[in-house]
Amino acid sequence: MHMPSSNIYTVSQLTAYIKSLFVGDEVLADVWLSGEVSGFTQASSGHCYFTLKDAAAVIRAVIWRTQAARMALPRNGDAVVAHGYVSVYEQGGAYQLYVDYLEGAGAGQLWLEFERLRARLAAEGLFDEARKRPLPSRPVRVGIVTSPTAAALRDILRTLSRRYALVDVLLAPTAVQGAEAPAGIVAALGLLNRWSAEREPLDAIIVARGGGSLEELWAFNDERVARAIAASAVPVITGVGHETDFTIADFVADLRAPTPTAAATQVSPDERDLRRAMAGLLAQAQRALTGRLDAERARLANQAQRLRRISPALRLATDRQRVDDLARRAGLAMAGRLRHERERLRSQHLRLIALAPDRVLARGYAIVSRPDGTVIRAVAQVTAGDRLRVRVADGAFAVRATPDETEE
Amino acid sequence: MSDAATFEALYRELEEAIRQLEAGDLSLEESLTLYSRATSLVEQCNALLDQAELRVRQVMARPDGSLEAEPFAASPTA
Repeated sequence: MHMPSSNIYTVSQLTAYIKSLFVGDEVLADVWLSGEVSGFTQASSGHCYFTLKDAAAVIRAVIWRTQAARMALPRNGDAVVAHGYVSVYEQGGAYQLYVDYLEGAGAGQLWLEFERLRARLAAEGLFDEARKRPLPSRPVRVGIVTSPTAAALRDILRTLSRRYALVDVLLAPTAVQGAEAPAGIVAALGLLNRWSAEREPLDAIIVARGGGSLEELWAFNDERVARAIAASAVPVITGVGHETDFTIADFVADLRAPTPTAAATQVSPDERDLRRAMAGLLAQAQRALTGRLDAERARLANQAQRLRRISPALRLATDRQRVDDLARRAGLAMAGRLRHERERLRSQHLRLIALAPDRVLARGYAIVSRPDGTVIRAVAQVTAGDRLRVRVADGAFAVRATPDETEE
Repeated sequence: MSDAATFEALYRELEEAIRQLEAGDLSLEESLTLYSRATSLVEQCNALLDQAELRVRQVMARPDGSLEAEPFAASPTA
């Protein structure tokens, strides 16, 4: 075999050729791979190196620092599903998986850690209801611990601006995911607490982060963060992730809101409600004042009446009334008397009428008189043979007296 | 004093004024004075709400450990 004059590659050339084959391959560009983690190390640069293996084969794997910061890192023995691309590491003469996503990495382990920490802090009484402090209904100053570039901050600021723009906001920016996040959150809480103690008091601190995977929210399950929240002199409200996400930070906070927006809503009154409340207070004041004025008016009327009762004018009027009264009574008495007299007069009159001679004559009596008109009232006045005149009702006639047989 | 602190002070004074008016142990003249004060308090509170604009500052610690705060402008991409 003779050496060809051309087609002698350098190692670099060949390796570059091999690499181009990997890069051009559709399968290798987008790989899901399951395997067990072993030989895991994280270099001081932050990059992670390990191998994935199954019973018969092994492949080297890398997680770059920036990716590593966004995921829960695996431990040796973890069964994981990794995603990434396969390419060649020229200097090492090796092909390897460049991981951008890792599922199930320590999931069981993470859950176990979460539960263990939760139980420990609960036993310490850090989640006790008695520890929860009320949040102010109208805060003057509110602190926010979150990432300065995230949507969570925009949501919070927009909500505060819309509901209660008067509130003074102090932001302590920090990373909210990745390895540095727990220390950053702790520092931010410390900064705001210092500000509250040394400069201007804060009424509440919102600790927030938008939705994310379990790994992305993991900083809020860190014991340091939990203890910093518990130690905060300013009441803390958490708004981490979505409705369904619960973190250790939520348990230890004075109030847990389901989202960053909800947290902002919880610490601020709605300006429209405030205006309504003030109108209500003013109406209350009006009612109180009206009641007061009515009471004063009634008192005045009462006093006026008392005054009239003791005034000379009233006395005079009273006297006048008494006179009137007497006069009226006198009048009544007089009238009665008159009526009585009138009655008496009438009956006398009637008797008088009954006694009139004509009436007597009409009843069959007669008046006997002498021719000279002397009325005969007794037998002794008459002698036999006297001529007498008898007057009856309708006229008169003459008679001569004869001796009376019964008298003889 | 921040606008929020001013508002809070005015609002508390308003609540206290209403409480006193309702307790009714003031003279009539005091009541009338207090009522007109309450009206003015509500006007001032509403004016503060009308002109309110959210003020956001960013807190940081200087290298010497002292605290400072400067106005925070949300990032332009926000």
